[in-house]
Amino acid sequence: MKMELIQPFINSADAVLAQGLQSPMSIGNLSMEEEAYRRKGVAALVWLSGDIEGRIIFDLDPETSVRVASRFAGAELPESDELVRETVCELANQVIGNAVTSLNDQGFHFRVHPPVIHTSEHGVKGSEDTEALVICFETCSGNLFMNIALRYNRSVQGGLAAGVGHRDC
Amino acid sequence: MEQFAPVKRSKDGQPVRYLVVDDSVFARKNLARMIETFGGQVAGEAGDGVTAISEYDRIHPDIVLMDITMPQMEGIESAEKIVQAHPEARIVMVSSVGYQENIVAALQRGARHFVQKPVKAEVLYEVIKYVLGEDGTVAQAAGAGA
Repeated sequence: MKMELIQPFINSADAVLAQGLQSPMSIGNLSMEEEAYRRKGVAALVWLSGDIEGRIIFDLDPETSVRVASRFAGAELPESDELVRETVCELANQVIGNAVTSLNDQGFHFRVHPPVIHTSEHGVKGSEDTEALVICFETCSGNLFMNIALRYNRSVQGGLAAGVGHRDC
Repeated sequence: MEQFAPVKRSKDGQPVRYLVVDDSVFARKNLARMIETFGGQVAGEAGDGVTAISEYDRIHPDIVLMDITMPQMEGIESAEKIVQAHPEARIVMVSSVGYQENIVAALQRGARHFVQKPVKAEVLYEVIKYVLGEDGTVAQAAGAGA
């Protein structure tokens, strides 16, 4: 996966989380995963289609998700609260939406599908030729994980992607 | 959350009535909290574009805050249908996807303005005042923060 695809997501997460949590964050571990992704806690899944396609999972362990949601809500929320899952979904929506905006400005066009809560205990596999990058963001409320599995759409590679020198990722 | 000088309707001095459309409960609550600090009233909520149309017909709000990426019917299509039926509708798109084409498409189909998520209250407040124009008035409130 090309770094130019990943960087907008890192920048966007930095901006959205720093504003929402009112504190700086830092990037922890980065790792590549080829195995199916197993969620750590409350995970929101967003699919992208278009010039770039794939999926992104925004994942918080249960304790972190409650702390983050409580911070956003301005009140302590119980772990079972639906608002905790809603907050994770909306955070994913904002981080990914802002990143997509940046990528669109670079000439990539795609559609963002509404976030859905990833509830399966089993993993999510992108496709046979899509490896995933897992980024850990360290915040004052705990660690957040973003699992990014994207690739250039083959049907448009001959057009836009080839024009900017990308063959695959 | 910061308090703002209340924005009222010019015609009767009543709070501005809002329809908040977003598939995220979290986002709707967040916007509702901001509306409260503007002295406004949430007259209705919808979680998708189809419900937004029926809610608009039912409550005739002063302003609609409309997300774009939603299930069933997306915000831009919903805004277009509302404006076709109610040319006076004031719709502000509120979305995390803020690239040029999206903004232009929304404005061409009748939206009055665009605010990118994460929403900053001070930005939304200024947009609301701009979109209301002469139909809104800023009340003088003791201790107003904006």
